[in-house]
Amino acid sequence: MNEFALVLGMALVTFLVRYPVLVLVSKIPMPDRVFRALRYVPPAVLAAIIVPSLVMPDGKTLDLAPTNAYLVAGILAGLIAWRTKNLLLTIVIGMMLFLLLRALI
Amino acid sequence: MISEHQVKLEYTSGLREIDSFSHALIIFFMHQLSFNAESDLVRRPRRRVNSLSFGGSMSTRRAEFLAGVKATIPLLIGAFPFGVIFGALSINAGISPLGTVALSLFVFAGSAQFIGVGLVAGGASIPVIVLTTFVVNLRHALYSATLAPYVKHLSQRWLLPLGYMLTDEAFVTAVTHYAEAGDSTLKHWYFLGSELVLFICWQIFTLIGIVAGSQIKDANNWGLDFALYVTFTGMLVPLVKNRPTLAAVVVAALTAVLTNTMPNKIGLLIATLAGVAAGVIVEARFGVETEPLVAPEESVL
Repeated sequence: MNEFALVLGMALVTFLVRYPVLVLVSKIPMPDRVFRALRYVPPAVLAAIIVPSLVMPDGKTLDLAPTNAYLVAGILAGLIAWRTKNLLLTIVIGMMLFLLLRALI
Repeated sequence: MISEHQVKLEYTSGLREIDSFSHALIIFFMHQLSFNAESDLVRRPRRRVNSLSFGGSMSTRRAEFLAGVKATIPLLIGAFPFGVIFGALSINAGISPLGTVALSLFVFAGSAQFIGVGLVAGGASIPVIVLTTFVVNLRHALYSATLAPYVKHLSQRWLLPLGYMLTDEAFVTAVTHYAEAGDSTLKHWYFLGSELVLFICWQIFTLIGIVAGSQIKDANNWGLDFALYVTFTGMLVPLVKNRPTLAAVVVAALTAVLTNTMPNKIGLLIATLAGVAAGVIVEARFGVETEPLVAPEESVL
């Protein structure tokens, strides 16, 4: 494995999806409609990362059983976040609940 | 220039004995003018670079930077196990410590790094790994497009590092801050603070993983990946403030589950676009109401 080529290739394609778009889009005026639509990117992308990981812990099969620690702890963490709006508290309690559930189930 | 000033009736008591004053200083603020702190806040008399500065902004660069760092610190809890496990997996996949460090320094994209070393361990060729990295990271193009209107006043000197260090976490943190009220001409310092602390800590976490690499071989099965999901959950929930956002979240989540078995995480991109479309459609139909969906008092928890 040529590690230099690996790092260079991965670094290059990653940089190319980040920086040029930032520069090009800031040079051309963005229609208000597009700008308004892009406000939905953060919630949509976070939901798209989180939910499949919780309901399909192995990445292939749907597991909605109460023995799925990812799902149960994820829902509880969501409730904590909703009630407290406190990021740190959500992470700490959510992680503790998850580790506890994994040990129990 | 002659101007006329009218004072509201309730403030007339402030004008008492004004006849005895020789001068009156009037401070005004034109709230609809575009404002650039760099050029508009003249801190010194023209060409008198040695004189004392005066004037100032509500927020300073330093305060913005530190606020960005502070807002990002909780996110490090989620990134810590992720970074350590990456370092360990990379070593166990046969990549040298130097190559592992280089991946974190030059690629700096958590999920792509994970998938990359996973493919190395599985014996994939470099073109396949690079192409996969590209697809996995395509969502960053959406992030850049979302952030671009906020950073268009910045020079390349700023855009280069801001673009280079863009991650899921920094994106959500920065975009949330840009949406808040306040002087947005200094908010790139907040953005930079968030990105820098994530970048530096990611390197430290990777190094810890490299050192621990030989001890932890089955780290991927410990379930520590949950730390990342719980972090993202804590970031997502406060964003859901109205019906269109809720629609975006529900549609993105369902689409992501349905497309989860598609290769190279391409489903993530499809789901995000579907979610954005749902948000736009619901906004066009119902508008954006600012009240929370359910007042906390009404909840059943």
